[in-house]
Amino acid sequence: MDNKKLKNLKKQQEYTSYVNQKIPKPNYLKNCIWAFVVGGLICVLGQYINNFLEDKGLSKNEIATATPVILIFLGSFFTGLGVYDKLGKLAGAGSIVPITGYANSIVSPAMEFKREGYIFGVGAKMFILAGPVLVYGIGSSVVIGLIYYFLVL
Amino acid sequence: MATKRMGKQTVKFEKPPSIIGTSSVVGLKEGEGPLREYFDTILTDDLYGEKSWELAESKMLREAVKTAVQKSDFNITDMNYMFSGDLLNQLMSTSFAARDLKIPFFGLYGACSTMAEALSLGAMSIDGGYADNVVAVTSSHFCSAERQYRFPLELGNQRALSAQWTVTGAGAAILSNINTGPKITHITTGKVIDLGIKDVNNMGAAMAPAAMDTIVTHFQDTGFSADSYDLIVTGDLGAIGKEILEELVLDKGYNLNNVYNDCGLLIFDNNVQDTHAGGSGCGCSATVFCGYIYKKLMEKTYNKVLLVSTGALLSTTSAQQGQSIPSIAHAITIINDTV
Amino acid sequence: MDYFRAFIIGGTICVIGQILMDTTKLTPAHILVLFVTSGAVLTALGIYEPIVKFGGAGATVPLPGFGYALAKGAIKYTKEQGILGAFTGGVHGTAGGIAGAIFFGYIMAVIFTPKSKK
Repeated sequence: MDNKKLKNLKKQQEYTSYVNQKIPKPNYLKNCIWAFVVGGLICVLGQYINNFLEDKGLSKNEIATATPVILIFLGSFFTGLGVYDKLGKLAGAGSIVPITGYANSIVSPAMEFKREGYIFGVGAKMFILAGPVLVYGIGSSVVIGLIYYFLVL
Repeated sequence: MATKRMGKQTVKFEKPPSIIGTSSVVGLKEGEGPLREYFDTILTDDLYGEKSWELAESKMLREAVKTAVQKSDFNITDMNYMFSGDLLNQLMSTSFAARDLKIPFFGLYGACSTMAEALSLGAMSIDGGYADNVVAVTSSHFCSAERQYRFPLELGNQRALSAQWTVTGAGAAILSNINTGPKITHITTGKVIDLGIKDVNNMGAAMAPAAMDTIVTHFQDTGFSADSYDLIVTGDLGAIGKEILEELVLDKGYNLNNVYNDCGLLIFDNNVQDTHAGGSGCGCSATVFCGYIYKKLMEKTYNKVLLVSTGALLSTTSAQQGQSIPSIAHAITIINDTV
Repeated sequence: MDYFRAFIIGGTICVIGQILMDTTKLTPAHILVLFVTSGAVLTALGIYEPIVKFGGAGATVPLPGFGYALAKGAIKYTKEQGILGAFTGGVHGTAGGIAGAIFFGYIMAVIFTPKSKK
């Protein structure tokens, strides 16, 4: 029984390495350049919004909240228009990693599951992709707060 | 003692049923592909006037059946059984179409191998004397598959180069004991094969071993080889799976090269349509067979075809639990009588 | 000049994400979780603050910036309110982002419908 299992496992491992050779590799350079440029530009936009709000007299704290909200609105809007997925195809991480991508990951399932109603569709499925970000993000902030309390204070 | 069996997994029919008519309904992208001339209906809107992708897919399936029955000079009420399946949870597309068609209904799940599975069971029911006329039909829809298995349509993610594009299409075939048209002479029913591939972006590699197992078993059971056929076509192994299959089969001592192709590679032009490794889905082998291959059989361009629909039997649950992808392939021999 | 720094830092963080996506089995979801948690941890260790000072929006707009806001909020409120602050701080710091996402997400879902892909 053991012998057969070992043989099977070996066969599977051999097949997996054989298959890995066959998979076409992505154009790493092209992907990285697009990610860099688009990601960089979205951050430049964020910087512009920061500067604009500072000129308008908002405090640093207020800007730290306002800019993400504005960027989230933009990410949501362009997702609604059906444009953000096209950007994502090209830019990859350049559109996924900025906070606009976070908005895209919330709006796209919300739109998609509208057909199943506003409570169980939109409401329940809205965080199907972004939920882990909140769970692990907020979770780690609590851990950090607790560690800070017990170690530093 | 089962008298019609050959070898381990093959059945040879005593009175091979005929495929007397087919119909194919496809979406926009398929309608822009290399086989566009061969499809009966090309949608102008992937929603087909319905409220959801699932209902659109169901309508495609229903219309494919109606048109196929019409083209066969029959009425819906002449159909003794409907063998049908799709990719959706609880076979939503098929069940709702069956409700409207009111044909005695067997629902099937074979993932992308469902067309060959439906044709197999349909043929068995006719040769066994249990039916005069049956309809074998399947469907798939890019949008309904994406939202169930993968990601929301508007998500800005990048698809892997090994990933395939689910075909939006429904294909229906009418089988009958009337003695006209291309005939199903043999079926080889596949076993579930799993060589441990877990990558859901590389279904072709997961399914190739199942296709190899069924094809080689078919050859061994029947004594046929690639030379016995004008065309051996797999359902949706795609570019990577096709290459792997050719090598796996060669390893077993059989050479497929000249006559082998894959429906997923026929239905789209990967370079122009950006479909990466090719088409997939139940509708892939269904529409390519019911549209393109059937016409070629009727024109006598092909006279002996082996259709091998391939299916990946994973679920979203099994993938999230870290399980590998079990796969299956069913083979059907279709021969023009006059040969 | 601060635009140039935002471009460079933001672009670099995105490239790291792209390399992880292209060379490992990590999906975008994994990467987002990794980035937000790393942002929080690096902030707690005092490493991320200098990156924010240098890169501005280049460090706050990408998802590690979200982690930065979470960690900063947690530490600030723990200082001010003790142990309860550990629980309230992170959400306080990112309240706008979370509520904005819910609000705009809902509105866009009401107005718009997903389109099939070409």
